[in-house]
Parts: sequence; C-alpha cells; structure tokens
Amino acid sequence: MSALDIVIEGIGVWSAELSNWAASCDVLCTDVFSTEVEKVLNATSHPAPSLLAPTERRRAPDSVLLAIEVAQQACSMAGRDPCELPNVFASAYGDLAINDYLCATLARSPQDVSPTKFHNSVHNAPAGYWSIATGCMESSTAISAGAATFGAGLLEAALLAQRESRAVLLAAYDIAAVGPIADIVPCRTAFGVALVLAPASPRAVAHLRVQPQHAATTELASAAGVLHACHRDNPAARGLPLLTALARREPQTLMLAAGACVNLRMEISF
Amino acid sequence: MVAVWHSALQRFGTGNYTGAVAAAVSIHLPSRIPPIAVTAFTATCAAGRGVDAFAHALALRKSGLVENDLGAAPLPCWIGRVDGLDEIVLPASFTHWDSRNNRLAWLGLGQDGFRDHALAAIERYGAARVALVLGTSTTSIGETERAYRELDADGHMDEVQRASRVHQTHSLGAFVQEALGLAGPCLTIATACSSSAKVFASAERLLHAGLADAAIIGGVDSLCGSVLYGFNSLELISPQPCRPFDVERRGLSLGEAAGFALLESITVDKSALRLIGYGESADAHHMSAPHPLGLGAQRALADALARAGLAPADVDYINLHGTASRQNDEIEAALIARTFSAQTLASSTKGWSGHALGAAGIVEAVVALLAIEHGFVPGTLNAETLDPACGPQIVIDNHERRVHVALSNSFGFGGNNCCLAFAAAPA
Repeated sequence: MSALDIVIEGIGVWSAELSNWAASCDVLCTDVFSTEVEKVLNATSHPAPSLLAPTERRRAPDSVLLAIEVAQQACSMAGRDPCELPNVFASAYGDLAINDYLCATLARSPQDVSPTKFHNSVHNAPAGYWSIATGCMESSTAISAGAATFGAGLLEAALLAQRESRAVLLAAYDIAAVGPIADIVPCRTAFGVALVLAPASPRAVAHLRVQPQHAATTELASAAGVLHACHRDNPAARGLPLLTALARREPQTLMLAAGACVNLRMEISF
Repeated sequence: MVAVWHSALQRFGTGNYTGAVAAAVSIHLPSRIPPIAVTAFTATCAAGRGVDAFAHALALRKSGLVENDLGAAPLPCWIGRVDGLDEIVLPASFTHWDSRNNRLAWLGLGQDGFRDHALAAIERYGAARVALVLGTSTTSIGETERAYRELDADGHMDEVQRASRVHQTHSLGAFVQEALGLAGPCLTIATACSSSAKVFASAERLLHAGLADAAIIGGVDSLCGSVLYGFNSLELISPQPCRPFDVERRGLSLGEAAGFALLESITVDKSALRLIGYGESADAHHMSAPHPLGLGAQRALADALARAGLAPADVDYINLHGTASRQNDEIEAALIARTFSAQTLASSTKGWSGHALGAAGIVEAVVALLAIEHGFVPGTLNAETLDPACGPQIVIDNHERRVHVALSNSFGFGGNNCCLAFAAAPA
C-alpha cells in the first residue's frame, strides 16, 4: 500500500497521573512516576480544560472534558488556531457513563430520560462541544474501530491532512466503564491523546511515514512501561508506543493496529 | 467568522453564489475532485426492502410509517419500522454479533444482490484492497438496553451478554467486516444523523490515496429506547406521521434502515453513476439545534459544489434533510430558497422512511441515485401546505424529469453537516 508522509506539530496527553505532554515526557523517558504523580493517581476522573467556560465545564460529560483538554493542548503546542483545523475525534466506547445512565434509566423509567444527557450521548459530542467552544466550522468527524481506534483515527486524520493539504487535529480518548456496562467493557481508566498532524511543515516536532500493511504479515509494537500498565485496556492508550518514541526522540519504526486486519507501519524521524 | 458568513449571506440572491461564498474570507473552497464510480447500491427501510420496492413505494406515495408499538408502554407516535427483524437469525458463526442493528445490516446486505457485488469486488481486488466505512448513531445500543433490562439479582450481565461483542460503537463495522470477509481498512463513523453521508467522503480519501481499490460504504441504524425516549425528551417527536416542510409540522417520525454502496475507480465503469462531490462542516453553534442562519449547512453545500466543479444552476434535484422538526425545515428551506433557482427541485422523503438517523445519509443518497437513474423526483409525502420559508424548489408532488445532478443533505446533532453530490455519466 502507498505511504502517507506527514508531520506532528503538537501533542496533548491527559490521564489521572499526567496532566500534559511535558509531564508525560518525563514518565515516558524514565518509565517511573515521581512521588508527586503517584499522589494524584486515581484522584481525579477528568481534566478541567480552560477552553470551556466554567458553567460549560460543570455541565460537560467526562469524555468531552478529556477530549477537549488534549485537543487544546495539542493545538497550543502546534501554535495553531483550533478554529482552522479540520478534526477527527476517535473513541472506542464513547461516553460510558452516559451509556450507563441511559440504559439504566430506560430499564427503570424511560420517560425520565434527560434531554441533555441524550444529546450528550452521541458519539460526536466531544466534536460538537469542540466546534462550539472554538468556533471551528471545518469538517469534523467521530470514529470508532474497537481496540484499533487510535490507529484508525490516526489514519483517518493523516488521509484528511494529505487530501486537503492542511493541518488536521486528531483527538483519541476513552473513559472508564461504570455500572453494569463494566461487566462487558474492560476499560477502567481515562486516557486521552491528541496530535496536530500536517503535511510538511516548519513547525514539525517529528516526521511520520505511515504505511498501512496487512495485519497477518506484521507484528505490533510491544507495549510496556508504567503507563501501559495503568491503561492497558484503554483503546486510546494504544498510542503509547508512538508517544514513547516521540518523548525519547528516538528515530524508529513501529507498528500500531488500525483495524482488525490492518496495521500501520510508522517510520518516526526527527 | 459568523459575521463574515452573515455578510456573505446577505449577498445571496444577487445570483453570484460562488462570489458570495468566496467573499467569506478565511474560507478556502476545496478544488474539484475526480469522480468515483458508484457500481452498486441498495437500501432497506420501512418503505421497502431493496431499491425496487423502495422506488415503487416512492412512485405510489406509499408511506412505510406505522403507529408505534415498541416497548411495554409505546410512546404515542409513528415509526418507520423494518418488519421481520425479530425473526432474522444470524448464522451460528456470527452469534456474538447479534443485535437488532446487526440483523438489519444482514438483511440489508442481502438485498439487490449487494452481497454478491461485494464478494465479486473482493474476488477482483483481494480482501485487503476493499475498504469498509459504515455510519451509525445507535449502533447496537438497543442490545445494551436489553442487557440492562435483564440484569441478574446482583445487577450483573449474563454469560450471553458477556460473550457478546456488540457493546461498542464499532459493532456495526466489525460485524460487516467479518460477515463479508473483508480485510482492508475498516471504520465506523458516528456523527449522529450525518454518519452515513460522511462515509462517502472518507472512502473517497482512501481510494484517492491508493489505500484501497474499492470501498464498501453505507450505514445502519435501528429503533431502540434511547432514540425514541431521547428524541421524546427533546420534544422533537410528532404525534402524527411526520410532515416535512408543512406549515403545521410537529416534529419527526423515527425510522430504521440499512443501506450500502460499492465505490470504485471511474476507470472501472465510465458509464456508472458517480459521486462527484462532498462537503463536510460543523455549525459551531449548539448540540441539538441547527445554526439559525444555516451557516454550517451552507458551507457543506458550497464545499460539495466546489468539489463537483458545479454551480447551483447545474443541480436538478436535492434530497433534503427535511426531518419535519420546526427548526431544521425552516432553516434548510431558507438555505435552498436563497441558493437555487426554481429549476432545481427539492424534497424530503422522510414521510416514506421516517428519520433513519445514522442511516439517513445512505438511504437518501440512494434516493438521489434512483432519481438520476429513473428520471424521477419524489415529492414530500404528508406535506399539504408548505411553510412560508419554502421557495419554489420544494415540491409536494412527485415529478418525472431528467435528473443529471442530484444532491443529498444530512445534518446531525453536534451541528455536524454533510452534503453529497452525484451525477450521471456525461452523455
């Protein structure tokens, strides 16, 4: 298959232990948490993105807060106005807390479904809130590809960047399952990562040559490390091998799943 | 941005559409794209299984809407239900994919020989060279709802549900990939009611980049408690069959549907119907209400025309989003009235199918393709007196006329918009 040549201009990361890319770089490079980090571990379920007004921040569901936080970080690092970036939001499960609420309410008293929770239940809720918060009217999508959602989102964003010759925002996120849905969905933590991708750019922090390959003939990058241990069942954390390479600034080639049958061979250079 | 668009809007009606859009500085219109062949397509909705039954219902103005009988205490409304879904049994090897939505997908794949077209494409190109991009909003949430109704005494799910793989957004794409034996790029798009329109755009990018030789695209959405009670909570459901663009419309009728299409390089069949453009945009306005000036929709329309290399005067028919909600229809009617001349006809076919949400994009793309193929413009079923916002473009009655270029509009929650442009092969 053909290769896509793109660059990374900005990176955003959030999990309960990591509030941004700089903090993530430390952990990804050393593979140990500092004592300070360990203190906040599991202490908070969501970030508080400054892009949202306080009232919106209180109202928005966790998945929206997570996606907007990492998206805002990545745009800020890239020095890009969010308003100008077509965007791809990728999540395997959407807002699991709202799904739990909806299914529980429907089982108990369907007439009581909250209209706000209902419209927040759409898979593209983070994309919608992002558009409203930033004024961005560019193309905006919300995708899902199971365990391979991160890679599939990266491929979708890279294709868009190449087709339109423009910088594109990718935000991948999943939150913890709560209630009975946790019996069937293994995700136990919140993890979000965002990238600003572009065709060749002077603002590049890394270059990526992305080449989809048949999964049967290739082997995935081995995931290891303390962050992987925390988030092994979070589909957004499948991006950790890429983040590790970016943090360590080590040119390398690694393989990430982009579907049940397709892996992305990624040549990372600086 | 809004101010800029507003000034662009005020200049509409001068006849200089391209100029007005271009005047919206900071908006760069996309360049023209090469056409993509649509070599097979199918749709199954309340108004018919397969395109022949659907086209027949359109011609006879026979609605598929029935009084709602879903659930223990059905909401007093009308629905576009696809009959027989409860009786469909997936082959034993796909039991872990069982849900109303995936049964509807299975039923839809079996219409119009679509499965054979898909398998022939796999034979021709290899399973790894055929991409799959499907849209849905409900995906299999109906099955998760059922699992919550059937929790054990400790509040846990049973073994069958634990073995099921449908409790995720990608349930649709993953099931169809397995059911057809596909091995290429595979994606589920879930942008509410624009989902299965946007699949055309994603597939065009995959084909253009050479990552696949063919793409199977489409969408499936099914009736479930979430959407019935959710739209009810927003007071958007009509107690009567929906009446798009009627001055007395009272909201939408929900429906369910499955539709698929096969996209290939135009060099494969130069005489095939073709995708010639698409436009995607966001409203940046509200989660569940459209932009009051229709600016996001206008932008999607402008982008679709730009990629198609067309002016509004080139468009013969537009299948509108036309949900019969008060706001959508008023805003969409105004957009059509200020953009097109009376030579362009437009209608909403939701009076036949109901609003199939994440499957509306593909079902109405199929209506646009049928309009081109049959030289037939469906009217707007159930509308009697059009809203004053409607221009002469919006028609109540069916019309026979040559359709060379047809558009389809799809708008979703989150302010997510998509407009598609299709055409016949040049004479």
